[in-house]
Amino acid sequence: MKYLDEFSDPELAGRLLDEIRQTVTQPWAIMEVCGGQTHTIIRNGIDQLLPDTVTLIHGPGCPVCVTPLETIDRALAIAADPDVIFCSFGDMIRVPGSTTDLFRIKSEGGDIRIVYSPLDAVRLAQAHPEKQVVFFGIGFETTAPANAMTVTMAKNLGLTNFSLLVSHVLVPPAIRAIMDSPTRRVQGFLAAGHVCTVMGMSEYVPLVEEYHVPIVVTGFEPLDVLEGIRRVLVQLEEGRADLENAYPRAVNFEGNAAAQAVVHDVFTTCDRAWRGIGTIPQSGWRLSDEYADFDAELRFDVTGITAEESKLCRSGEVLQGLIKPIECGAFGKECSPRTPLGAPMVSSEGACAAYYQFRRLAAPVSA
Amino acid sequence: MCLGVPGRVEEVWEADGTRMATVDFGGVRKEVCLAYVPDVTVGDYTIVHVGFALTKLDEKSALETLELFRSVGLLDEELNLTYDPR
Amino acid sequence: MSDNTTQVDLENWSCPLPLRDYPQIVMGHGGGGRLSAELIEHLFLPAFSGGALSDTLMQLGDAAVIDLGGPRLAFSTDSYVVRPRFFPGGNVGDLAVNGTVNDVSMTGARPIALSVGVVLEEGMRLDELGRIADAMGAAARKAGVTIVTGDTKVVDAGHGDGVYINTAGIGLVPEGVDLGPHRVRPGDVIIVSGAIAMHGIAVMSVREGIGFGSEIVTDSAPLNGLVAALLESGADVHMMRDPTRGGVAATLNEIASSSHTGMSIVERSVPVPDDVRAACGFLGLDPLYVANEGKLVAFVAAEDADLALQTMQAHEYGTQATIIGTVVEEHPGVVVAKTGIGGTRVVDLPLAEQLPRIC
Repeated sequence: MKYLDEFSDPELAGRLLDEIRQTVTQPWAIMEVCGGQTHTIIRNGIDQLLPDTVTLIHGPGCPVCVTPLETIDRALAIAADPDVIFCSFGDMIRVPGSTTDLFRIKSEGGDIRIVYSPLDAVRLAQAHPEKQVVFFGIGFETTAPANAMTVTMAKNLGLTNFSLLVSHVLVPPAIRAIMDSPTRRVQGFLAAGHVCTVMGMSEYVPLVEEYHVPIVVTGFEPLDVLEGIRRVLVQLEEGRADLENAYPRAVNFEGNAAAQAVVHDVFTTCDRAWRGIGTIPQSGWRLSDEYADFDAELRFDVTGITAEESKLCRSGEVLQGLIKPIECGAFGKECSPRTPLGAPMVSSEGACAAYYQFRRLAAPVSA
Repeated sequence: MCLGVPGRVEEVWEADGTRMATVDFGGVRKEVCLAYVPDVTVGDYTIVHVGFALTKLDEKSALETLELFRSVGLLDEELNLTYDPR
Repeated sequence: MSDNTTQVDLENWSCPLPLRDYPQIVMGHGGGGRLSAELIEHLFLPAFSGGALSDTLMQLGDAAVIDLGGPRLAFSTDSYVVRPRFFPGGNVGDLAVNGTVNDVSMTGARPIALSVGVVLEEGMRLDELGRIADAMGAAARKAGVTIVTGDTKVVDAGHGDGVYINTAGIGLVPEGVDLGPHRVRPGDVIIVSGAIAMHGIAVMSVREGIGFGSEIVTDSAPLNGLVAALLESGADVHMMRDPTRGGVAATLNEIASSSHTGMSIVERSVPVPDDVRAACGFLGLDPLYVANEGKLVAFVAAEDADLALQTMQAHEYGTQATIIGTVVEEHPGVVVAKTGIGGTRVVDLPLAEQLPRIC
C-alpha cells in the first residue's frame, strides 16, 4: 500500500462515475472549498466527466489567492527592504499586489527565497544573523501548525532576526459566509481533508445542523474526490444533511491534538478580509499577544499600508456560484491570468482561470 | 493548503529537542518534522505538508476504502452499463 | 549578443502588446513560457528584422537553416546560466555542448562544429572551471563534434554568476531533408524519445530551499545519432524538437501554434520514471512542464509510426520511445490531454517556470 496509485485507478474511477450517474435524478450544485481538490478536479478533468446536471462550484479554497491585497502590499514593502531575506512558498511569488509583485521585487534586487518548509526560513535566520529573515505565513488550518512552530522555535533559540507575516484563513467561517448569502446556490460541500486532519470534524457539526447542508470530508486523489462528490449527491437525493468522513485513512473526528494545542497557543482568531469577497468575521488567525515580538507587521511597521480591492472584480459572486466567470464584465479584458483582479483568477485552478483556459477549446475532443 | 503527500518513515532522530525523520516518497527522500505525530515511527506511512508530518496513515482504513470503491458499480457491470475511461 | 549600453526607447513603439507589465526583465522572461515568447516577439524580432535572411529569423526554429545555394547550413546558439552549476549526473558544461548539438540536430542536420564563449566572474574557482571544461570536451567527443573557436571574458566579482557559457553550432542538412512546422499535419503521430522530466527534477533536487535526496540524474545527452538513425530509416519525419525549458507542454504548444494544428495526447502514455513522478507529486509540479535535456519530440506520418518507433527504440537514447498522441484538426493551437481517469484537460502554455506549490 503506497496510498497514491491505488487512489487514481481508472477502472475504479469508472465505477464511481457510473454510480454517480445512477444516483443523480435532478440538478445539484456542490462546492469544494479546498484549492487542492480544485486542482485534482481540473487536472483530471473530473468536471468534464460528471453528468451535466451536477455543477461543481470552485470555492475560495486557495489561501494564496484569498490573501487580501493589503497583506500582499505589506509583504512587498517588507520584501523590498534591503536588510531583509524574504521567504515564501512558491505559490505567492507571482501574486500581484496593488502595483508590483515578489517577482518584480526580485528583479529589482530584493532577496526573495522560495522555501519548501517554514523550517527552512528559521534555518536561514540562524545562518544569517546579520539579516532580518521574514517568513510569509499564509495558509488554511493545514499549514498553521508548521507556521506556528517557526515562532516557538525562534523563541526557544532566542532568535532576534526572525519574524512571521501571518495571513491565515479558516474554512468553517467561509462556509458560514457562503451559506449566509441569501442568493447562494451551493447545496453541498466537500470539506478539505487535510484541514480536518489537523482540526478534526467537530467545527462542521453546527454548520450541518444550522444550514441543513451535507458536508463530506474529502481527500485529494481522483478516487477520493469522486467518492466525496458521490456521497454528497446520495445525501442530496435522499434529502439528508449529515457530516460524513470519506477520508478515514487520514482524518478522524478529534483531529491532531498536538497540532491544535500549538496553534491555539501561537495564534488567536481575528476578522480577516478575503480578496474579492470582503471581510468575513472571525475567519482568520493572527499571532497572539504573547508572540507579538515575532509579528513582522509590527516589527516592520507596515500596519499603515492599506489597499482598495478592485471595484471591477466580481469574484464574490463567482465563488457563490451566482455568475459564471464569463458573465463578469472584466473577464478576459481587465482581468486575465496575466493581470488578475481577484482570487479565482490569481490561482491557476481558480474558477475564472480554469474558464479562461477552457474557452480556447472550441469543441470537445475525442482522444 | 492541502498538498499533503504520503510517505514512508525510514529513519527517526532528534535535533534540538525536536523529533525529525527521513521520509521516503517513492524514491524521493526529505527531512520531515515529527513533532505533531509522536506515535509515528519507522515503517509507518504519514501525510507530509510543508515539511511536517500531520497524521499516521491508517492502512486498514485505506484498504476498506478501496474495497468500498470496488464494490460500487458491481450491479451496473452486470447490466453492461460500465463507463470505459480508456 | 546585446550591448548593454544601448537604451531601448519605449516611447516610439507601436507594438500591439507592449511590455508594460514589467519594465524590467524578470526571471520569468527566461522560463521558456509566455513571457519569454513575448520578449522575443515584441522586443527582439522587431529590432532584428530587415536583413537578407529575415524570413529565417521569423520562423523562430531551434536552429536557422541557411541555403548556401547547394549545401544547407544549420546554425544555432544557446546560453547556459543554470544554477546550481553542478547537479546530479552532470554540470553546465554537458548542457552547453549537448544543448546546441541538439538544437542543430532538430533541423535534421549533422552537427559539425561548435564555438564557445565564456563569461567568467572574477573569483570563480579554477578547479570548478576545469571540471566544466572537461565535461564540455568529453561531451563534444561523445557527440562527434569539435569545439573549433571560442572566447573568454572576465567580469568584476558580483557581476556574473561564476560562469555564463554561450555555445553556437553549425551543421549540414542532408539533401531532401525538410523539417519544420509547415510539414506537421493532422494525423501525424507524436513520439517522445524517452522518459521525461528527469533534468528539471535533478536540478531542483539540489536547489537551495527546495532540495531533497534522490537518485534522479539529468538526462543530458547528444541526440544527433538518434536523429540520423531516424532519418536514415526512411520514416517520413515531419518535425522534431527538443523539449527543454517549459517541458513537453511548451514544445507541443509552440508547434501547435506555428503549424496551426491541434494536439491530442494521452497522459497515461507519457513515460515518466517513478521517482521523478514522486518528486513532481511532492513539489506539486506537472511533469509535462519540467525541462528535459536529452529527449526529442518527433512528428511522424501515421503510416511510418511503427518504423519510427522501432528505429528509435533500437538506439541508446531512444529505448523508451513512445507514441503519446496525435496531431488533430480540431482546436488549432491548443493542446488537449486525456487524463489518467479518462477526463479532458487543456495543457496550456505556462506563463513562466513552474514553481513548487503548497496549495
